Amino acid sequence: MSKLVHFDEVRKNNIRTFFLFLIFFSLVLLLGAFLGLYMGSLAFGMIFTFFIGFIYALIAYSSGRNMLLRLTGAKKVTKREYPHLFHSLEGLSLAAGIPTPEGYVIESKSMNAFATGKGPEEGVVVVTTGLLDKLNREELEGVVAHEIAHIKNYDIRTMLLAAILVGILASLSHMLIRIAIFNPRGGRDGRATLFFLIGGIVLAILTPFIGEAIKMTLSRKREYAADATAAVLTRNPGGLANALRKLSGDTNPLEVADAGNSHLFISRPKRKKKWLEKLFSTHPPTEERIRRLESM
Amino acid sequence: MDWLLWGIIAFVVIFIIWLYNSFIRLKNQVENAWAQIDVQLKRRNDLIPNLIETVKGYVKHERETLAEVTKARTSVMNAKSPAKKAEASGELTNTLKSLFAVAENYPDLKANQNFLQLQEELSGTENKLAYSRQHYNDMVMRFNTKIQSFPANLFASLFNFGKKQMFEVAESEKKNVKVKF
Repeated sequence: MSKLVHFDEVRKNNIRTFFLFLIFFSLVLLLGAFLGLYMGSLAFGMIFTFFIGFIYALIAYSSGRNMLLRLTGAKKVTKREYPHLFHSLEGLSLAAGIPTPEGYVIESKSMNAFATGKGPEEGVVVVTTGLLDKLNREELEGVVAHEIAHIKNYDIRTMLLAAILVGILASLSHMLIRIAIFNPRGGRDGRATLFFLIGGIVLAILTPFIGEAIKMTLSRKREYAADATAAVLTRNPGGLANALRKLSGDTNPLEVADAGNSHLFISRPKRKKKWLEKLFSTHPPTEERIRRLESM
Repeated sequence: MDWLLWGIIAFVVIFIIWLYNSFIRLKNQVENAWAQIDVQLKRRNDLIPNLIETVKGYVKHERETLAEVTKARTSVMNAKSPAKKAEASGELTNTLKSLFAVAENYPDLKANQNFLQLQEELSGTENKLAYSRQHYNDMVMRFNTKIQSFPANLFASLFNFGKKQMFEVAESEKKNVKVKF
């Protein structure tokens, strides 16, 4: 009997979530310290940004799933419209022992899929119309099983948090740069302004690096784990392997993918990338994933 | 050395409590997985009288096939243990297969909308049955591994946790490859 990979994954995700928060709040406090130094009160700056970061994170976490679905233009669909998708969703969620996730579809020629939600109770599986059109039943089952594995392992929560926290960090550092450039106190103390501006710029350059690094550490192993769980659920690793092969050969760009959400998708969305993203790839190479699946 | 003794006792007590709770958690997972199988078995049994009613009018010479389906359905309902249920369920799957094979010879029946819908629903239910069986067996395996491994096995018998039965089907029904890691 096969090893049940997914049971440790939940615990690992809880630890990852903890570290995610730890890194996030240290960075927020660091940004706050800079703001505080500039404003003349270290404690005030730190408390201020901590408070903003906390509230922001809370709101984003509770509405993150729906925000993400809206941003990607995903539409909720019914069993009547997409019976094949729902057969896979119902069957594989039974096999995984989680409630049946809701099905969403993105209108795009590109082939891709992702899952999101705070946990299995409100899990969502999103697929593109291109994926539904071009995959056969076994391949679609493989992809759906991969996404269901993400839901069952609580990867979706960690990924959602990563997307949110990195987004918040980016907007906080933008905000600080703006304060520095358009600041009302600029004329009074030239040296402080200069210090702050340099600090702000350094942080603004560093934050996306750190953000990408966070996403990267979260992503790679998890993709292999989800592939393995998918193989256990479908008892058919070949289906997912073939699907991945088709996905990696797909040249259609996914219009709704961006730096903030690309780590969620099963296959790295094709689009113009910034140099920074090329440096930090969140997904393991597809060839390696296929190789592992086929050796199972 | 009193404190050492008390420390050991406290440790053992906490360990036993933790062990007991994990037995209960796994046992509930197995029971929940079993309930999922039961839902699919009931669903299939509910569809069959309708199917028999629809088919009856078209197939005059297949009384035996129909009777076998009905018989298998009843034995699924009456079976109590997972092993017995699995056996009866496999039998029902086989009789349904032969019924649908027979139906191929009756073009009028195959054109019947009601029949087609029932066929679709039954095959969907068979699929879900296979998936919930898989989940159930995964959970049973976890439970059995837990109560058989040392030192949990010492307490499992003490608390009266016995090995659970898998929901296994006849070899002929299995078609998918086994996955190994």
